[in-house]
Parts: sequence; structure tokens; C-alpha cells
Amino acid sequence: MALEYIFRRIILLCFMLLLLSIFTFSLSFLFPGDPLTNLSGIQDISFHESDALSEKYKLDQSIPKQFISFITRVAQGDWGISFASQKPIFEHIVALFPATLELALYALLASIVFGIPAGIISAAYYEKWPDKIINTLTLLGYSTPVFWLALLMIMFFCLQLGLLPMSGRVSLLYEIPDITGFILIDILLSDVSYKFNAFIDAIKHLLLPTIVLSTYPTMVLIRFTRDSMLEVLEQNYIKTARAKGLSRSQLIFRHALRNALLPVIKQIGLQFSSLITLAMITEVIFSWPGIGRWLIDSIYQRDFPAIQGGLLAVSTFIILATVTADLIHSVFDPIIRNQTHGKI
Amino acid sequence: MSKFIFSIVILILTGCTEQALINQNNHGLIYCAEANPVSFNPQLTTLGSTIDLTSKQLYNRLISIDANTGEFLPELAHSWKISNNRKKITFELRQDVQFHQTDYFTPTRKLNADDVVFTFSRLFDAYNPYHFVSGGQYPYFQSIGLDQLIKSIIKESEYSVSFELFDAQSSFLANIATDFSVILSAEYAKSLEIDETLENLDNYPVGTGPYKFKDYKRDILIRYYKHDEYWKHPVELEQLVFDITPNSTTRIAKMLTHECDVTPHPNSSQLSILASRKDIKVLKETNLNIGYWAFNTQKAPFDDNRVRRALAHAIDIDKIMHAVYLDNGKRLESILPNTSWAYQAQVNMPNYNPELAKRLLRQAGLVEGFKMDLWAMPVARIYNPNARKMAELIQSDLNKIGITVNIVEYEWNTFIKKLEEHAHDTVLLGWSADTPDPDNFFSPLLSCAAALNGKNAANWCDPEFDLLLSKALDTIKIEERKEFYFQAQQMVIQELPLFPIAQGMRFQASSTNVENIEIKSFGGVSLAKARKL
Repeated sequence: MALEYIFRRIILLCFMLLLLSIFTFSLSFLFPGDPLTNLSGIQDISFHESDALSEKYKLDQSIPKQFISFITRVAQGDWGISFASQKPIFEHIVALFPATLELALYALLASIVFGIPAGIISAAYYEKWPDKIINTLTLLGYSTPVFWLALLMIMFFCLQLGLLPMSGRVSLLYEIPDITGFILIDILLSDVSYKFNAFIDAIKHLLLPTIVLSTYPTMVLIRFTRDSMLEVLEQNYIKTARAKGLSRSQLIFRHALRNALLPVIKQIGLQFSSLITLAMITEVIFSWPGIGRWLIDSIYQRDFPAIQGGLLAVSTFIILATVTADLIHSVFDPIIRNQTHGKI
Repeated sequence: MSKFIFSIVILILTGCTEQALINQNNHGLIYCAEANPVSFNPQLTTLGSTIDLTSKQLYNRLISIDANTGEFLPELAHSWKISNNRKKITFELRQDVQFHQTDYFTPTRKLNADDVVFTFSRLFDAYNPYHFVSGGQYPYFQSIGLDQLIKSIIKESEYSVSFELFDAQSSFLANIATDFSVILSAEYAKSLEIDETLENLDNYPVGTGPYKFKDYKRDILIRYYKHDEYWKHPVELEQLVFDITPNSTTRIAKMLTHECDVTPHPNSSQLSILASRKDIKVLKETNLNIGYWAFNTQKAPFDDNRVRRALAHAIDIDKIMHAVYLDNGKRLESILPNTSWAYQAQVNMPNYNPELAKRLLRQAGLVEGFKMDLWAMPVARIYNPNARKMAELIQSDLNKIGITVNIVEYEWNTFIKKLEEHAHDTVLLGWSADTPDPDNFFSPLLSCAAALNGKNAANWCDPEFDLLLSKALDTIKIEERKEFYFQAQQMVIQELPLFPIAQGMRFQASSTNVENIEIKSFGGVSLAKARKL
């Protein structure tokens, strides 16, 4: 049963990826300009290059054949070159993606660490003052646009108080070699005399973007945990347990929590897509050198191959993350495995 | 999370004592740059944003110009001799100049005549293996016709080079002293030929300047380290980092949080914020530059002199001076700034007169009005601190005489590239001088050669005008040259391929603990002597 479920998910994954690649492929025809230029990233293609390139991109053949050649090239890591930098797009993505991922992961971690306990407290003290305070804060956090929050934070912590830096991942005077692309890990792996200072500096740089980025998912998690907890607390077996004289903490931690957290786990996976979207805005504001800022710069520069590659990479990642979260969820929740139809 | 805490604890416990901590801050300087460099070789560009980052930091020239007296000063050449007919110039080189040793190149010899011969032959000798590398365009040298001027470059001895010219051109030495005429390493070029990676000459630079290249990450940073064996003086900074920050508000914010030590071109509107801080000082320097509005004279209706004049009459420059330059600039009365020795105020400089503008448009047969594109630079430059705002003012002024203006913006390097293809109708642009020689305002901007290589934003080519310029260069008598430049100025204002608007001031903000940053009235910034207290 479980295998069948996993199999269904993977079929769904393949289907989604197929749709995504068809969309990305069609972009090179939908963008203004010559499809050959948009696919290859080579501008001002000379006459003798043109034939060789058409051959390579199979532009003289039927659309399905062009598409297959596109998929093959994507799989081989040949994503064309960027108009702006004249460097392979795949290289850019490999270099930039870890920065975005790092930021998103820390934000997700922060939202789990703060969101779930806050949700539990809120449910445990339903309609008492802790619940009311948390609810008010959640509503505030929920309705604050991320760019505005980011600017407020910068105004206050960076410009007014001068406590924290407002841009980048680490002071540029620290030269940290790229090994994994994750700045904290790279600092620990690096062989420099200022390791400790650089580490503290990187944490300072991380602080504001992480807070800003984690605000929205934290609020979502608080609400979700609270609602799901309240629902579980209404169940008959909880009432029975309570009638037997169990204390509130015994009730919550021993009986309610595991069941209440099941939908929350699924929600954590779903948060990834909104996290990556918000990360783009956060990256632009905090000059975080990740894929979101690069993608937005590419849009501004009308760098079509880069937009195409960036979209493909980001969307593939989100689909993969969602499906993975789904699979993990199914490990915890046996009921869902019995669903006959896959859905995302 | 616990792993991180664990590793921090381990770090603290294992040998990270106070003495071992190197405070990077005092040994490095962060300069917030406004754009990515288009190349690391100044021969290939005329962009001030690229010159600032490369020329005086990585390289040296044969000679330089004293900003105050206008005299030539020795640099890599300790002396030079001009023949009687002024067609042969011989430079005697210093013998103690060491090239950079970097991760990708280790020099085995010091600078000699071969390097000079290689550097200049690349510019105009089609047989030089590097001539066509990186696009094969040398915009400055082509637009002033230097590639047509040099007959040959001869290695006289190990440390002596002479240039033979077809004509005795009075601006030759001035051009050799510009930021574009940097000396490259012939030995490095040879080693790249063996590896067949010729483009690396322009992407991984090797020069003789105070700093050597370490790393470049597009849109993020450029890192230089100090050149230990710099021939001129000891270099104080261990590290020089350019933080690439196109947005001028972000640059100012980084200045306030001390993430930048130096910021070029703050907006005039931001000067008061900077002035209110004790830890920041603002340098102000009169600079030889002009901000102008160029019309693509090959495109209708801008091919009609009356239309160009009508547009010039339609805009209120006083308003621009106030809103864009915040009264920190000077109105131009000619194509030359009034500090140039060849300057002459022009009587028929268009003034604000919308009625006359309408009349001129009617004469040109454009009663209905028309639509046009106005390209505005996305970055602040000395000559135009806020092109977007200027474009908006022009838009509203032109709207009054029935012209609909569409403002076009691109990222800076893309902007320049598209401009060179003459894809624009009209553009707000400008020019900062590289030498005090007045020719620097004419040949690179309006000559036919410049129209061909795309640097002439007006796409204007008039053989008569070119003749005036070459006559002015044929003589060294200042009075005669002045006469020709007066005529050239009259011709520009008469024909109006571009409309000179204003001359800006060069501003530079830096932390108070940063010293000795040299900005001059022409050319790029020099950080060679910069130090932090």
C-alpha cells in the first residue's frame, strides 16, 4: 500500500515536471526576439554560427524534437549562457542557489521553533490572555507585507541603532572560499585566521533577513497548530482522558500533540513555496546574493535565458520539496496512504 | 542547531585568542561602486564607472597630467623627448617596475619596452594576436583616431620606446596620459597565448598598479590585494574591495551603517543627510564634464535641425538645475565647460521658450505633435546625478507642446550596449573629461569615427566638423587652436546634435577615518594612497 502511494506521487512528480519543462521551453518562443538567441543566450549570432546553432538546437526540426533536445540539454546542464554576464546559466544557478536555500532553511527552522510552541500555548489557553496576545500578534504579522517589514527593520536596527549590517552575507573584507555555498558551513570549513570574527559577522548578517523571511510562515504555523490542536482537543478520546482526571500537560503532550501535529507537518512542506517567493523580495532588499535577486535583476535586464533557467530551477525545486514533504507526511500519517487519488 | 552551538563553543575554546584575531577592518577598504565593470582592461571602454574601478588601481600609464598645472608628469616613463617635426616621441622607461604576481601569473622580468610596444600595437595592429580579442573595439582610441595616427612603435633599446606618428598631433601626449592608455604585460599575454585563453588578458588583469586582482563576482564584489612591490610608494591598504551597489540610496544607507567606507556620486538630495553625520565627510570637486541631451540625428524627425532646436527650446533648464542638480551644478553655455581654456559662451544657445518651440515644430510640419523615446541612465553620474528625474521634467515640459515622451531605462551596461547600436530616439547622457585638452570633448563625442563605433550618441557625422577638429590638432599654437575650437563650438550649437544642459560637481562621501582618496577634475578616482586611521 505504501509503495503504491509513493509510486503515485512519483508519477505525479514526473507529470508536473513535464508540464513545467513544456512551459519553460515555450518561453523561448514567447519572449521577444529570436528563439535561437533566447535558447542559447548568444546575441548577435553571425551567419556561419547560425547554422551550427540551429543544428544544435534542432530548430529546423519539428517542435517535439526540439523539445526533446531541450530536455536533453537541461539534463546535461547546458542551460545556455546569460545575456548579461556571458557565462553559463547553470554555473550561476549552482553558485547562487545555496544562498537562497540557506536563508530559506534558517527561516523555516525559526518558524518551526517559534511557531509550533506558540500555537500549542495558544490552544492550551484557549480564549485566555496568552491566546489573545498570540492571536493579536499573529494577525499583525500575517497582514504586514514582507517588504515593508524589511524596510522598517533596516530603518530601526541598521540606520537608527547601527547594530546590524543591512546587506550581504558577510562583510566583504572577509574572504571566504566557496565550498558548499552555505556561508556558515563555508566559514567553519575555511582555513582563515579570522574564522571566529567572520562567523559572528555572518550571524549578524543573517539575523534580519531570517527574521523578516520567517515572519509569514511562523504566523501560518501558529494558526495551523492552534486550529488543529483545538480540533483534536474536542475529540471524544480527549474528553474521556480528561474525565479520567489527567492534567492539562498530560493531555496535551501525551495524547493530543501527535495527532495535532500531523496536518502541521504537511503545512511545513507547503510553506516552502511561499518561502522561496518571499525570499526573492527579502534578497532584493537585503542585497542577499541568492537566486531570487539574480532572477529579478535578470528580469530588469531582459536577460531571457537567465529568466528561463532561473524559473526552471526554482520551480523544480519547489515541486521536489512539496513532493518530499508529502512523502514524509505519509510516513507519519497512515490514513493518507489509503487515498486513491494523488494530489498536491 | 545544537551542532552550531557546539561548533561555536569549540571555536571559542580552541585557540581563538584575542591576539590571534586579525581585525580585517583596519587593513581593508570597501568602496561602494555603482556598476559592474565591463572589462578589467581600460583600453576597451570609455565608461567612467569601469575606469574608476580599474585604471588607477591596477595599472600605470607612461605619463600623467598634473591636475593643477596641466603639466605632464613622469610615471612609467621617467623622461620623454619630442623630435623637431613633432612626429617622433621617445619615452625612456623606469627600470624598477614590477608586474603583479597573482594566482594565475608569475612575472619573471620587470617592465621593459616590449610591454609598451605590445600594449599599443594591440590597439591598431591587426596582426597583433590580441587585436580582435574581447570584441576588438577600442572606443576611446578609435574615436580620437589614434589608431590612424600611429605609424609605428619602435623598441629603441630595452628601456626606450618611440612612437612615430603620421601627423604631429597636439593632443598626443594628453591622450597617452589618459586613464585608457594603461600598460599591460607582454609576458602575461605570451603565456595566455600558449594556453589559448586570450580573453583572460582583459578578465584576469595583470598590471603594475598599486593593487592586484584577486576575485570578481558579478553584481557582488571585486577584490584586490595590495601589490607588495609597487614601484612608486608603499601601499597602505592590505585589501581593496568594491561592493557593487547600483542603487544610490542603498549606497548611502551602507555608508551610514559603515558597510561602505567610500561612496562615489551621492545624490544631491542625500548630501544633507550625510552632512549631518560626524563620521562621514563629503568631498566636493569641480569636474570637467558636461551632461547633455543627444538626439539620434539619423532618425526622423530628429534629423531636422528645427525639431532639435524646438525640443531644446521647450525645456526649462532652471527647473532642472534646481530639481536635479539641487543648485550644485552649472548651466552650460556651450559644449565645453567654462573652465576649459578653449571655452566660448555661445550666443544662440537655446533658452526656455515654448512658444518658439511650437512655432519651430509647425515650420517642420509637425503640427500634430509626435511620440518619442527618451532614454534615461539608470545610475547617477557626475554630469547627471538623477537622469530619471530629469527625464520626468523633460517629459512634462514636452507634453505642453504636444509631444508624448516615453521614458526608457535599462541596466547600465545593457543601456550603453543598446545605445551603441543607436536603438534610441533621444538620450540623456554626458561626458567626464579624461584630459584637460579640449579635443576630449569633441572627438570622442561627435566625430564621424565616434559615430561609427557607437560612442557618438547623436549618431552625427559632419566631415566639415571633423576637418575643424583635425585642423585644431595640427598645430600647437594655443591661439590658433582656440580659434578652431570656437568655430567647432559654434557649429555644435548651430546644428544641435546634442543639447548641453549642465556641468555637475563630483561628490564623494567617505568615512572620516579614510584618508588620501584622490579625485581630480578629470579622469577616474585613485585609491593608491588611500589609508584608514
